[in-house]
Amino acid sequence: MKKDLLGIRELSAEDIQHVLDTASGFKGVLERDIKKVPTLRGKTMVNLFFEPSTRTRMSFELAGKRLSMDVANVSVPSSSVVKGESLLDTIRTMEAYGADIVVIRHASSGVPHLLSGSVAASIVNAGDGFNEHPTQALLDLFTIRQHKGRLEGLTVAIVGDVAHSRVAKSNVYAMGKLGMTIRLIGPPTLIPSGVESLPGVEVYHTMEEGLPGADVVMQLRIQKERQEGGFFPSIHEYADLYILNSRRLAMARPDAIVMHPGPLNRGVEISSDVADGERSVILDQVQNGVAVRMAVLYLLAGGWVSSGTSGQQEELASSA
Amino acid sequence: MSIELLGTVEIGRAISRMAHEIIERNRGVEALCLIGIQRGGVYLAERLAERIHAIEGVRPPVGRLDVSLYRDDLSLRREAPRIKETDVPFSLNEMRVVVVDDVLFTGRTIRAALDALMDLGRPALIQLATLVDRGHRELPIKADYAGKNIPTSRSDLVKVYYSEEGENDRVLLFNAGELQS
Repeated sequence: MKKDLLGIRELSAEDIQHVLDTASGFKGVLERDIKKVPTLRGKTMVNLFFEPSTRTRMSFELAGKRLSMDVANVSVPSSSVVKGESLLDTIRTMEAYGADIVVIRHASSGVPHLLSGSVAASIVNAGDGFNEHPTQALLDLFTIRQHKGRLEGLTVAIVGDVAHSRVAKSNVYAMGKLGMTIRLIGPPTLIPSGVESLPGVEVYHTMEEGLPGADVVMQLRIQKERQEGGFFPSIHEYADLYILNSRRLAMARPDAIVMHPGPLNRGVEISSDVADGERSVILDQVQNGVAVRMAVLYLLAGGWVSSGTSGQQEELASSA
Repeated sequence: MSIELLGTVEIGRAISRMAHEIIERNRGVEALCLIGIQRGGVYLAERLAERIHAIEGVRPPVGRLDVSLYRDDLSLRREAPRIKETDVPFSLNEMRVVVVDDVLFTGRTIRAALDALMDLGRPALIQLATLVDRGHRELPIKADYAGKNIPTSRSDLVKVYYSEEGENDRVLLFNAGELQS
């Protein structure tokens, strides 16, 4: 039985498929007039965000509310953390309030893992440092499957600051497990060395080399402060080399879709005509994020068994 | 050992009779629809719709409903139920809805189905059709149309097999003790 969702690294290919299949059921709920089900009535979820976030926090909040959970949001500037409370004390306090699930985002890698062993509540990693952002990868896969009808055998180009991107890392782990090809494209300073030894990964330094044949082009957000870190000479030079515009998109497969985890830097990593174009699925990603997070909350609260053998017993029990 | 409660022929006859009863009770098929509860209820709803079509010349629309998200026993289960498709591609408002399930037992699945239907619209009325009513209700729910009433022990298991899943149509009863093996 799984207690937490700490990262994609801890999941099997079957686990990932199970989340995506479960999310399909919740997508139906989100398309109805009444976008709410009573499934997790009486359960409590806390969003504990040590880093600013609008979309991920709101996505988790809506996911919890649409499952009828009680949802509390704690952000750092208003919490006791600024008064010097330790992480463990903070999370134990959340648990004393009756939190069944704690969704946590933190600037340091490994914080969710550290906390998971100390509390009975389920921990969901909503982004930890440069490590992972598992629900983003799951919603990306769900969106790709929605548009392509399959995952295995697809080629995905991930472009930009791979080294500092927890979104890219979770996607690389997930896509490798599912038999997809991942082309990481970016300047050598922003591609982790040795990454090409991971399953399914190829490394390119130009869009012209990396895009041909891609089924999916995923642009990463470039953080402007990286320029001061010396990772690239200027934001303009970066944009010249790695922006996804319509001319470059034409190099990928004619049916390639365009993805971005948001928020967008228009004119830096993606041009407006591509971001708003008919091959962009960026807003589908946002919508699917709620369905995928509902699936994760549902599985963690309802019992997430990874092995494939328990299904038969379930079948017998439910027909009684 | 299991006991066969209904065979292929009896199931066909029961569905035929229930189709006639549904038409009679609703005075035709005006504003009538069938909602099958996943999975067995969906097969039965499709078969009832075919029979009604053969009799009246009109096929009532059929929807499929998964009640997992409305169950009251999630905290008692070891594993979250796998969510199956809910697909009701027509409005339920002012419709005469016949909910179709294969085995009526405690009534809790039907309670969940009623809540799920209310979230989808406001039907004119809801009726219940079941292939087997095995008793042991825990809620004030009864079937409007039953293929067969069968007294069972609470710990027995009643299982329905469908030609849609590559089996011979039949309903089997397993005694509690034998389920362990």
